[in-house]
Amino acid sequence: MTTQAVPVTPSDPSPKAAVVDIFVTFLIIGATSFGGGVVAYLRNALVNQKKWLDDQHFLELMSISNTLPGLNATNMSILAGDRIGGTLGSIAAMVGMCLPGFIFMTIAGILYGVPGDRVLVTAALRGVAAAAVGLLAATWWQIGKKSVKGFYDGFFILAAVVMVNYFKLSVPIALLAVGALSIFAHRPAPAHPPEKESEWIRFLR
Amino acid sequence: MDQIPAIARVFAYLSLLTIGGGMAAYPEMKSLVVGTHHWLTDEQVIHIYSVGQMAPGPNMMMVAAMGDRIAGFAGAVVAALAFFVPTGVLTFAVGRAWNRLANWPWRASIQNGLAPVAIGLAVAGLLTFGRGSITGWVTAALGLVVFAATIKTKINPALLILGGAAVGAIALR
Repeated sequence: MTTQAVPVTPSDPSPKAAVVDIFVTFLIIGATSFGGGVVAYLRNALVNQKKWLDDQHFLELMSISNTLPGLNATNMSILAGDRIGGTLGSIAAMVGMCLPGFIFMTIAGILYGVPGDRVLVTAALRGVAAAAVGLLAATWWQIGKKSVKGFYDGFFILAAVVMVNYFKLSVPIALLAVGALSIFAHRPAPAHPPEKESEWIRFLR
Repeated sequence: MDQIPAIARVFAYLSLLTIGGGMAAYPEMKSLVVGTHHWLTDEQVIHIYSVGQMAPGPNMMMVAAMGDRIAGFAGAVVAALAFFVPTGVLTFAVGRAWNRLANWPWRASIQNGLAPVAIGLAVAGLLTFGRGSITGWVTAALGLVVFAATIKTKINPALLILGGAAVGAIALR
């Protein structure tokens, strides 16, 4: 194996927690993690309180979660649930995480359709939308500050923005085109890089 | 009711685009939900998406509200299942295969390579979203204040969104 954290074998024959316990834990997080940042709530519950996972393990699951489509909140629930309680644990974690928000948003959708003082509601929703722009921009600003390294990352960010917003290409096309280029730019270094190239490869990273 | 299969298709497809987060799928969501299928107006999508930021748990559960507006409760259930189950199964499978993938040199390349693309797609989604929701100086100021407060303080973002609703109800009528 590598020097990375040795993961608990996914098909762990003795789950660390009962399915009900897993479900309730994720249900509480799913019901109380208002305003995004679910991952911080998860870490606090799973690593600090329940001690089902250690920090290194949690970070490893984060790196799987970040590489795949799907939201961090749900991807992390599935991965952590599987590590803690196998297949059933994974399902229990996912359902627990999603159920409160689903009920909240279904009610919100029904209320949105109720006729009433539309002037006031529309004005309030305009304010909500403007605040959401600020919140989402701040979230991505913080992620960007942490993970953007060097000129090439900046270039790929710009390329994706220009393709979607300026050339009006669809998101999957931008994702495949820029994604392929960017993955290639971050390709694994050869095992024994020639002296001449090593500088260039380091520059790309 | 006859929209159910289309809801399943559209939201399952959108879920595959959520690399790094839900915002990446926003431009495509707008074009499908508003443009192709005429399910909702541009303004309705913005409203529902924004309210979704207040909900607990995954911040894309607002697909349930969209599904409900399109086809009632069945639409809500189908939209949520379509959006969360296929990517969930993929994540589960990759999580299981991870021990083998950990030694695969391209794994780090994919992870590091997708990071800037995810940010770029999120910025693109944010620009599309912002164009529809920042419509004057009040909304611009509100967005800036929330941006600064999120970065500079530890205030709960849901409170900022609620504050936005209050300011909007007073100043944006």
